[in-house]
Amino acid sequence: MASYTINVNGKTQTVDAQPDMPLLWVLRDKLNVKGPKFGCGVAACGACSVHLDGKITRACVTPISAVGAKRVTTIEGIGDSKLGQAVQKAWLDVDVVQCGYCQAGQIMAATALLAETPKPSDQQIDAAMTNICRCGTYVRIREAIKTAAGIDTKDTREV
Amino acid sequence: MALDMIETAEEPTSPSRRFFLMASAAAGGGLVLSGCVTPSATEGGAVAAATPAKPSQPVVDINTFVAISPDGTIRIMAKNPEIGQGIKTMLPMLIAEELDADWKDVKLEQADADSKYGSQIAGGSFATPNHWTPHRQVGAAARAMLLAAAAQKWSVPVEELTTGPSVVKHAASKKSATYGELATVAATLPAPDATKLKLKDAKDYRIIGKSIKNWDSPRIVRGEPIFGIDVTVPGMKHAVFTKCPAFGGKVVSANLDEIKAMPGIHDAFIVKGVGADLMGLVDGVAIVADDWWTAKKARESLKVQWDTGDTSKFSTASYDEQAKTLAKGAPQSNLAKAGDAAAAMSGAAKVIEASYSYPFLVHAPLEPQNTTAHVKADGSVEIWSPTQNPGSGINLVATALGVDKAKIKLHMVRAGGGFGRRLSSDFIAEAAAISKQAGNIPIKLLWTREDDVQHDPFRPGAYHNFKAGIDKDGKLVSLTNHFVSFGANGRVLGNANLPATEFPAGYIPNHSYDQSLIAGNMPTGPMRAPVSNAVCFVYQSFLDEVASAAGKDPLQFRLDLLANAPPPAAGARPGAAMNAKRMTDVLTTVRDRSGWATRASLPKGTGMGCAFYYSHQGHFAHVAKVKVEPNGQFRVLKVWVVGDIGSQVINPTNAYNQAQGSVVDGVSQLFQKITFKDGHVEQTNFYDMPLLHLDKAPQVDVHFNITDNSPTGLGEPALPPVLPAVANAIAAATGKRIRTLPVNTADLRWT
Repeated sequence: MASYTINVNGKTQTVDAQPDMPLLWVLRDKLNVKGPKFGCGVAACGACSVHLDGKITRACVTPISAVGAKRVTTIEGIGDSKLGQAVQKAWLDVDVVQCGYCQAGQIMAATALLAETPKPSDQQIDAAMTNICRCGTYVRIREAIKTAAGIDTKDTREV
Repeated sequence: MALDMIETAEEPTSPSRRFFLMASAAAGGGLVLSGCVTPSATEGGAVAAATPAKPSQPVVDINTFVAISPDGTIRIMAKNPEIGQGIKTMLPMLIAEELDADWKDVKLEQADADSKYGSQIAGGSFATPNHWTPHRQVGAAARAMLLAAAAQKWSVPVEELTTGPSVVKHAASKKSATYGELATVAATLPAPDATKLKLKDAKDYRIIGKSIKNWDSPRIVRGEPIFGIDVTVPGMKHAVFTKCPAFGGKVVSANLDEIKAMPGIHDAFIVKGVGADLMGLVDGVAIVADDWWTAKKARESLKVQWDTGDTSKFSTASYDEQAKTLAKGAPQSNLAKAGDAAAAMSGAAKVIEASYSYPFLVHAPLEPQNTTAHVKADGSVEIWSPTQNPGSGINLVATALGVDKAKIKLHMVRAGGGFGRRLSSDFIAEAAAISKQAGNIPIKLLWTREDDVQHDPFRPGAYHNFKAGIDKDGKLVSLTNHFVSFGANGRVLGNANLPATEFPAGYIPNHSYDQSLIAGNMPTGPMRAPVSNAVCFVYQSFLDEVASAAGKDPLQFRLDLLANAPPPAAGARPGAAMNAKRMTDVLTTVRDRSGWATRASLPKGTGMGCAFYYSHQGHFAHVAKVKVEPNGQFRVLKVWVVGDIGSQVINPTNAYNQAQGSVVDGVSQLFQKITFKDGHVEQTNFYDMPLLHLDKAPQVDVHFNITDNSPTGLGEPALPPVLPAVANAIAAATGKRIRTLPVNTADLRWT
């Protein structure tokens, strides 16, 4: 066990944990931050996605010892930014959700994309959005990203 | 097993009768309730234990499903498990419509498992047909009581009263009162006979047919803890459970002392299985810790000696060989026949032969199986579970632990997907058994993704060996299929069957469907559109081949087959079997919407394909457009979906969402497989059991034909035609037929 002080959604917290304990499980089981979800444990599905200093990160394979002073933002804190709020609102306006389990991770990925690329093309959305949605809400995720970006929601890919 | 239950217990012989009786009784019972009660739970069972209930004002129970507070809040119970199909939002819409409520006043609450709600299950797309009338009657009964309360209060005839959104009005005296103002009096009045109340004309609907957004979405986008995996109860420990990789293997011994000595480990023990059901409680080793990751890490040091018995012989390679041998021999049994298929085949102008196969598949909902259970020292049991089938969970726990069902309280928690996986209750029984053995402490059991991929009621694979005879005009005159599936003791495994009525049976003069079984007793179960999801692929693909051999437009070939509809069976319930006219109409609609006629001008490597299917009382026809690169890699560009689910699409936004999701699910299945070796599943996680990503998701066009039929469900019937429509489009693009899944793109190379 070692002691780690991390900044989660603007709040500084100290936890005792094994150095290799993934950030996901520190958040979920030690800090009661349950928005990031467990789906695969191998960085394949993205349900656990959080931001470290704004950069999209798979928390299930990120050991707590690697977090350091980087700011951790989870779905619970994404609404603190204007952009995060816009993405949440777009998700509601487009009625994206089916089961909803992956959507925290999808929103984190979408917000990270829009922070870097405010008006993404379909190809940029394709490249950035690697999270799995088992229900298959991809049509609406694409539409919601464009809605949040304030651009035409038409799918421009080849038909 | 789970499907048997759905088909026999849930499929109504007369629509909704079973539930109808319960609903009217509940409405009547509620009416005699007097006084005030306080709601016992906050929104969702998951957080109820973790968060103190919000201070609540007294609420007047009008009946089991509706409670109206003096402040006008209308609480409607959402009775069924929510797994992403949108039922939590949709069923209450039916009540709210006939109650004539303002949706803004409505608050939904997830019901616990309780017999007062009748059957509570997410399966078979039955919720819509089973609740369409009874739930509207519940709303109408509550409205009638509010009208009666106003009539009494104002001393006017009830016939002179009308309702507006959440208000009763008397035009002559210009009096009006809100539902909240009338609720307390209403609760003291006698019950109306809900079955005699007049329901609204569809043209007057203000809620049904309007897009009502997913009720839980605001909580989901904020990351609130509303899923099964998020449940927290005081004093709870976390558990992992290790089962034999080969199905049903028994624990001989395990290094429990070594595990127990590891830091952070609370306990480790062997759980003995009960009975022979592979989806029941089977042998395994539990590790209990203060947090889940510590338990999971300790599991890496766990050494178990297993007695694997016969199941270690399971091998997909061997099954493929056996299937070939069986296909060459005489079938073991006949499933269905008409005319003389063999004679018609020998007299045919042309005979087409092809063998098809598809693999076992795993459901893989994104939220891994989990359940929180507390088997208390007094013998009572409390369970929080993301289940599709709470009744089965309670039954299994009662059997496995030897407790009285009446002592088990089960909270249904929002599930991160289901697809049929959570109709089985293995994970619920495991959590309860671990809680009991750990010393009656609350336990949250969470599986790893690997557990989930390897221990599933799999969608069974099978092999179909077809022969078709066409006459000189290209008409299909004979069809035979030697179906090779899996069975134990001569009985086909659950959901591994071929329906005797499979189209085009009855639409052609001669057919024979025969069966042989490979011995195997792997766990199988219903997966979204069970049986249909597999059989549709082979039949709608082979019919496409036949059309091609006959030199016909494959869509017109299907329309011509549908024109030979047999007369409906005497006494058949409307909607219980495919209706040729409804299917013809969806097929012609999708032909026109997709621009089918323009497909001849597509460049080489791009093609369009079609398929149709009737399942779960829904009629669906799809067209897919696919682009195949010379290296065989392909992309589904667009899928047009046309469905007929009756007279009313109850919640359009969710209906379109389900159809869009079905397309993605179907395309995803083209790439998936589960294979066995030495009795265990070879796949482990999403890197070898891939799910479709956003960049491969096609554009989707969805349309519903509105017809004069009672509304039916949509969780399943849009899925089956996706696979053959895409496969047929690939054949149109490249001339190469996909007869075996998953698709091998190397086979699709062209120059």
